[in-house]
Amino acid sequence: MKSSSNSATADTIVIGGGLHGCSTALHLALRGMKVIVVEKDRVGRHASSANAGGVRRLGRALPEVPLSAASAQMWQNIEALVDDDCGFVASYQVKLADTDEQMDQLRARAQQVRDIGFEHEHIIDQQTLRDLVPAVSPACIGAMAVKGDGFANPFQTIKAFHQKCKQLGVTFHEGSGVDRIERAGTEWSVQTADGTFVAPNIVNCAGAWGGKIAAMLGDDLHVEARAPMLIITEKMPHFIDCVAGAQGIPFSFKQFPNGTVLIGGGHVGTAHPDINKTDLNFEGLATYAKTAQRYFPIMKNAKIVRCWAGIEGFMPDGIPVIGAGQADNVFHSFGYSAHGYQMGPVCGKILSELVIDKASTLPIAPFAPTRFAA
Amino acid sequence: MMQSQFDIVVVGAGPAGMSAAVEAAKHGATVCLLDEQQRAGGQIYRNVAQTTPAQAKILGKDYLAGGRLVQELGQSAVDHRAGVTVWNVGEDGAVTYSRNEQAGQVRGQHVIIANGATERPVPIPGWTLPGVITAGAAQIMMKSDGLVAQNAVLVGSGPLLYLVATQLLAAGAPPKALVETQTRRNLMSALPHFFGAVKDWKQLVKGMRFLVTLKRAKVPRYTAASEIAVEGTDHAQAVTFRAGGKDHRIETDMVLLHQGVVPNTQISRSLKLDHRFDDIQRCFHPVTDALGQSSHPLFSIAGDGAGIGGAKVAAISGRLAALNALASIGKIDAGLRDTQAAGLIRSRQSELSIRPFLDVLYTPPEEVFAPADDTIICRCEEVRAGDIRKFAAMGCDGPNRTKVFGRCGMGPCQGRNCGLTVTEILAAEHKRTQNEVGAFRIRAPLKPVTLSELSALSDTIHQDKTQ
Repeated sequence: MKSSSNSATADTIVIGGGLHGCSTALHLALRGMKVIVVEKDRVGRHASSANAGGVRRLGRALPEVPLSAASAQMWQNIEALVDDDCGFVASYQVKLADTDEQMDQLRARAQQVRDIGFEHEHIIDQQTLRDLVPAVSPACIGAMAVKGDGFANPFQTIKAFHQKCKQLGVTFHEGSGVDRIERAGTEWSVQTADGTFVAPNIVNCAGAWGGKIAAMLGDDLHVEARAPMLIITEKMPHFIDCVAGAQGIPFSFKQFPNGTVLIGGGHVGTAHPDINKTDLNFEGLATYAKTAQRYFPIMKNAKIVRCWAGIEGFMPDGIPVIGAGQADNVFHSFGYSAHGYQMGPVCGKILSELVIDKASTLPIAPFAPTRFAA
Repeated sequence: MMQSQFDIVVVGAGPAGMSAAVEAAKHGATVCLLDEQQRAGGQIYRNVAQTTPAQAKILGKDYLAGGRLVQELGQSAVDHRAGVTVWNVGEDGAVTYSRNEQAGQVRGQHVIIANGATERPVPIPGWTLPGVITAGAAQIMMKSDGLVAQNAVLVGSGPLLYLVATQLLAAGAPPKALVETQTRRNLMSALPHFFGAVKDWKQLVKGMRFLVTLKRAKVPRYTAASEIAVEGTDHAQAVTFRAGGKDHRIETDMVLLHQGVVPNTQISRSLKLDHRFDDIQRCFHPVTDALGQSSHPLFSIAGDGAGIGGAKVAAISGRLAALNALASIGKIDAGLRDTQAAGLIRSRQSELSIRPFLDVLYTPPEEVFAPADDTIICRCEEVRAGDIRKFAAMGCDGPNRTKVFGRCGMGPCQGRNCGLTVTEILAAEHKRTQNEVGAFRIRAPLKPVTLSELSALSDTIHQDKTQ
C-alpha cells in the first residue's frame, strides 16, 4: 500500500513522467542533480506510449527546425544516451503529393527551410519516389524527403529513458497527482497523493495536464487536451522502409520491423483528461483508411487489429511551451501538440540547461510561455 | 436503406440473445439482433435449425432444444442480421459492424450484450503446435462442417470434455484417451455442494451417463493428471503427463484442450464497464444486478457473458435483461418488470443449483494459472510465462504494462488467449488479488476489420446523417 507520509527533498522536481519528463530528469541527473519525478498515473501512460513513434525533422514548424535537427543527431546515437537503441530505424521520411498544387506547396516549403539555413528537406521526382517507395500509388507525382529520419518504438523508448533515469538515481513517484504547490522560502513544496516533495526547482512536463500545473505555479497557459487516433494493422509482408505522410492531409504511415503497419497523422477522437479516457471517432478513422488506400493501394485488404487514441496537449499555435515561468525557478515544457516524440531527447537537455545554466544553447525564444500574455 | 435506429439492440444470437430479442419484441419494442453466424443459435445451438437427423443423433437432445428458440425468433418481428462482425460498441449505444465487406451501424436506446462465453486458455507446453485445438473448436467443426477429429486425446476437465468425447464416439471416432486434471481432492471439496446439485438431478444423471458411455466404449481415462505437455516439432505428435505415480505418453496428432469456459468480456471491457474477479470460477465477469443491468445505464448483459451458468440460465437471463431494457427506455413500467422478473429469477436460481458443485469439481489445476517459465502465454507475440515473471520483477504490475515490457497481448487476438493467464501470473508474482492486478484494456475493433470495410463506414455514417 501507498504511504501518504512520504517526504523527500531534491534539487529539482519534475512533474509528469512522460518522455519529456523522463528526458529532463535524465539530463539533470547526468549533470549531477538529485531529481524526483512525480507522475499522476504511470510513467509513459499517455502520449508517450500512444504516439506513432515518428522520428521526423520533415515538415516541422520553422521555429522547431533547429531543435529538431539537434535532436536528430541525438537519435543517431540514442544508445549512448539510454543504453538502448529504442527501436530507432533510420531511413527516409517522405511527404507525398498526388496533385500539382501539393507539389508546389512542397517546393515552397523546402525553400523556406533552406532560407533559415537547413538543408535536410529535398524535393524528389516521381521516379526517385517510386525507387524509394515501390508500393506508393502510381498517382503520386513526387514528394519531399528527409534522409536519416525514420521511426522508433515508443514503448521501448519510454522504458529505456525510465530505466536509465532510475540507474542514475532519479526517484519516481507514480500514482502521485499534484494536489498543491506552495512556496516555502526559496523552495517549492509539491504536495501529492503520494507525499510532499521539496526542491528549489520545478519543471512542468505534464503534457495535456500542463496547463493545470502551470496555473498552480501562477502561469496562465491554456493547453487543450485532444485525442489523436492511431490504427495498427496485423503483420504484413515487408513492403516499405520509409515513413510516409501526405502534403496538406492528416496522414502518417509506417511499417514496423515486425510487419505491422501504423496509420495516424492527425484525426482526433474525444479526450476526457479528467478520467484518463478517450473516445474514438469512427468518421476520422474511416478517413484514415481512405487516405491510406489512396496513397498505398496495397492496403485495401489489410486487416486492422486495433485503433486507439492517446491524450495529448495542444497549444493554440501548435508549438510547445518551453521556457521559464513567472515565479522563480519554474520551467515549463509541455503542449508538444502531437509532435513531441522526436524532440524528447533534445528538449530534456534544453530544460537541464535552463535549470542549471539559466540559458539554453538552442534558440527557444519562439516557445516562450510569455508569448500568450495578453 | 436499412433501418438504423432501434429501441433495443442485442449483440449475440445464442440462447441469451435470442430470448432477449424475442421477449423485447413481444412487448412492442423495435429490436435489432446482430450475430456473427449465418444462423441463430450461438455456439451451444450452432446450426441447430439445419441439423440433419444423423447429426442430431450425434449431438444429442439438449442441442435440439435450441431449435424452439430459433423458431420463436423466426416468427418474431426482430430484425435479425446474421453473418455480421460487430467491431465496436460505442458508449452512446452505436454498434458498428461489417457484413459482406460493407460497414454498418445501428443505434439502440439500450443495448443488450449477449456475447456468451469463450474457452479458458490452457497454456501448457506445446499448446501452440498445429494439431492442438480446443474441445470447443472440435465441437464447432462437428456442428457446422461435420468434420470429426480422429484419434483425438482430450485433455483437461469439465462437462464439455465428456460431452465432446461422447459426441466423437457417436460419430464413430472414439477418442484415444481422456487425460483429466481433476483430482480426488476436487471431488471431496465439491461434495458439500452435492445436495445443492441434487436439485438438478437431471444434469447429474446426464453427466453420469456420459461417463458410463465412455467406459463401455473402453475409452481410457486418466485422472489427476499433471505435468501435461504436447510433444512435437512442427505438429503435435504425443501427449505426455504424469498420473497415478507414473509417466505416460500417448501418441496422437490431434489434442483437444479444455478447462471450462469463461465469460467473453471483450465488449464489456472495451466499454470499461465494472468487472469483478470470481474466485470460484477463476475469471472476470462484468458486474450486473439480478436483471443484468451493468455499471453503465445503456447496457445490460445477458447469458454466459455475465457469468457462466449454461444455456438454460442464459435463456432466462436474456428475458430478464429484456425486461430491464424495456423498463429503462420506458416501454414497460417498473411494476410490470418486477412482477415478470420475480418468477424468472426463481427459476434461474433453481437452474443454477448445480453450478457450485460443477465449479468446484472441475476447477482448473494450478498448473493452468502458473505455467512453467518456458510455456508460451501470448501466442500472437510469443511471450512466455518466464518473460512475464521477469517483467514483474522489473516493476510491471498490470497486464497493460506487459505491452510496454514485451508486446504481450498486442497481437490480433487482443489478449483473448493470454489475458487471464497474464493476470494470474502477475497476481501470483506480486502477491495481490486478480482484481487489484486487473485486465487488458480492449480497443476497437473487437475483431479485425479491413481498411476497405472501415472506409466504407464513412459513407454509411454520412447517409445516416443526411437522412
